[in-house]
Amino acid sequence: MIFETDYVKKLAKILSDNDLTELSLENNDGAIVLKREAQNNMPPRTSVQPVVQQVAVAEPEVREKKTSEDMTGCKKITSPMVGIFYASHSPDEAPIVSVGDTVSKGQVVCIIEAMKLMNKIESDVSGKIVKVCVENGTAVEYGQVLMYVE
Amino acid sequence: MFKKVLIANRGEVAVRVIRACREIGIPTVAIYSEADADSLHVSLATEAYCIGPAESAKSYLKIPAIISTALISGADAIHPGYGFLSERADFADICNAHGIKFIGPSGDIIRKMGDKAQARATMDSYDIPLIPGSGIIDDINKAKKICKKMKYPVIVKATAGGGGKGMRIVNNEDELEENIFLCKTEAQKFFGNSAVYIEKYLKNPRHIEVQILADKFGNVIYLGERDCSIQRRHQKLLEEAPSPAVSEKVREKLGRTAVKVAKAIKYEGVGTVEFLLDENNNFYFMEMNTRLQVEHGITEMISNIDIVREQINIAAGKSVSVAQRDVELKGHAIECRINAEDPEKDFMPAPGQINGYVAPGGYGVRVDSHVYSGYAIPTYYDSMISKLICWAPTREQARRRMYRALKEYVITGVKTTLPFYQDIIEDPVFTKGKFDTGFLEDYQRRKYQKD
Repeated sequence: MIFETDYVKKLAKILSDNDLTELSLENNDGAIVLKREAQNNMPPRTSVQPVVQQVAVAEPEVREKKTSEDMTGCKKITSPMVGIFYASHSPDEAPIVSVGDTVSKGQVVCIIEAMKLMNKIESDVSGKIVKVCVENGTAVEYGQVLMYVE
Repeated sequence: MFKKVLIANRGEVAVRVIRACREIGIPTVAIYSEADADSLHVSLATEAYCIGPAESAKSYLKIPAIISTALISGADAIHPGYGFLSERADFADICNAHGIKFIGPSGDIIRKMGDKAQARATMDSYDIPLIPGSGIIDDINKAKKICKKMKYPVIVKATAGGGGKGMRIVNNEDELEENIFLCKTEAQKFFGNSAVYIEKYLKNPRHIEVQILADKFGNVIYLGERDCSIQRRHQKLLEEAPSPAVSEKVREKLGRTAVKVAKAIKYEGVGTVEFLLDENNNFYFMEMNTRLQVEHGITEMISNIDIVREQINIAAGKSVSVAQRDVELKGHAIECRINAEDPEKDFMPAPGQINGYVAPGGYGVRVDSHVYSGYAIPTYYDSMISKLICWAPTREQARRRMYRALKEYVITGVKTTLPFYQDIIEDPVFTKGKFDTGFLEDYQRRKYQKD
C-alpha cells in the first residue's frame, strides 16, 4: 500500500515544496526513504545504488529538461542555437505558426535572436504542430525542443 | 567585481575557475556541448547552457554561441580557461565589442605575443636574451645564409604555432629546403598561416618558465619558475616548481627578465614567460603564454597565492594582492598529468567510462579534476583525467609523497598513465634532478635496455 505511485508522488511533492533533502517514513507495513538534491547542492549527480526498501526520487533538475512522455511518436523541432525565442517576426504581429497548423520541411516556424540578429528558424520536419514548448521571449539552448510535430 | 562570469571552457579548468568564482562570491555560467551534459562543471555552475553538438568547432570554439549565451545570461565577464579560445585575439576583441570583459590581456597583446616571430623581434628590441634566429623566411638562399651563420642543427617554426606544433628540426643544409616546405604546409593546415622562422636548435636544454602577475596599475610580480623539461613530443608530462637546476641567483635573474618582458608590452593579467636554459645556466626567451596554464597549480603550492583568483581580481580592476618583496616561495611541488591514455600503446588516447575512482589525499596532496565514478570521458576533447599535485618541504619529500599518492590513486574502467608516472617518479635520473628535455627519450632507451 505504502508504495502506491500516487502516495509516493505526494511524498515527493512534500519534499520539493518544502525544499527538503530527505524524508523517511516507517510503520508496520514497511519503510520508505526519499532523497532529493536541493537546489544549491554541490556534489555532482552520482549513480544511485538501490538499497532494499529504499526509494530515491530524483527531483527534476533546476534547469528543466523537457520530457517527451506524452509526446512519444512525435517529431521534434529543436533549437540550432543559443538565443531568445520569438514566436512572431515582431512584437505586434501574430505568431508565425500555432498549434494545429500544418508545416512543411523548410518552412520558417519561429525566430531566434542571437547577438541582435534575428535568425529565421526553419522546420526540418513536416506535419501538424501539436505543441509549442517555449514561451515567447525566453532563452533557449542548443538542442532544446521548440515544438512537437506529428 | 563582476556580476556573473561565463566560463568558456570545459573539464578540469572549468571546474577550477568555477571554484575560484564561488570563493569570491560570483555566480557562474557554464557552457557545454551535448557530449558534456554529464560533466562536473555543468552541475557546479550556477547556470548552464547547452550551446552546440559535440564537435569543438560547433560548440567550445563557436564564438557567436558563446557570446549569445553571455548576453542572455547577463554575464559581464568571460573566462576562457586554457586552450580553445584563450589565446584568440579576435575573441578578446569581440568580447570587448559587446561590453563583456575578457579575463585575460587585450586582443592587441595576444596578437603581439601570439605571433612568435614578432614576439622575438619585440623582445630583441628590449635586449631580452634570445636564441639566435631569423625573422620570417621568404627566401631559401637567405635562409641558407642565416643557418650557416647560426650553425646547424636549426629548427623551423610556424610563427602562428604553439603548444609544440608546427616545428621541424633540420640537421644540415641539404635538409633545409624540404623541411621549410613541410613546415609551411603544416602551419597553413593547423594555424591558417604558413609563415615560418628559424631558430638555432639547442639539443637538450631545460624548459624553464616563469609565472608573472600584472595589474592595470603597472605592478608586475613573478612567482618563481617551473621546470617543464619532461616532455613527450613537446607535450608536457610532469612539471615541478622550483626547478632543481635553478639557483637562487639565476631564479632572480629569470624573474626580473620575465617582469621586464611583461612591463615592456604593458601586460595585464596572468602570464608565463618561457625560457630555454642551457648547461651553462644561460637562458634564452622562447615564447610567452598570455593565459592561465595547465601547470599553474604547482606555483600556487609553493607561493601560497591563488593564481586564478588573482587573475579574476586583476581583470576586475584590482591590483596584484602582494608585492614582490612579500612573495615567499616555500618547499617543492610536483605535478603529474593523469590522462586516459595507454602508455603501453604509445600513449594512445583511451576514453571510456570510469567505473571506479578513488583519489589520493592527505597532507600536501592536491587533485584537480572534473572526473567522478561513473563519468564517461568523451572522445571529442583531450584525454585529461586529473592533475595530481604533491607538495612537501623538500624535493625528495615531494617525490616520495607523489609516489605514495600515485600508488593510492585508483581509476578503473579506462587505461591511464598512472603506471607510467609510478615508474618515472622512481627513476634514478629523475630522482637526482639532473635532466633536460632529452629525459624521456633517454628514459625509454634505458627502460627497453633493461627489458
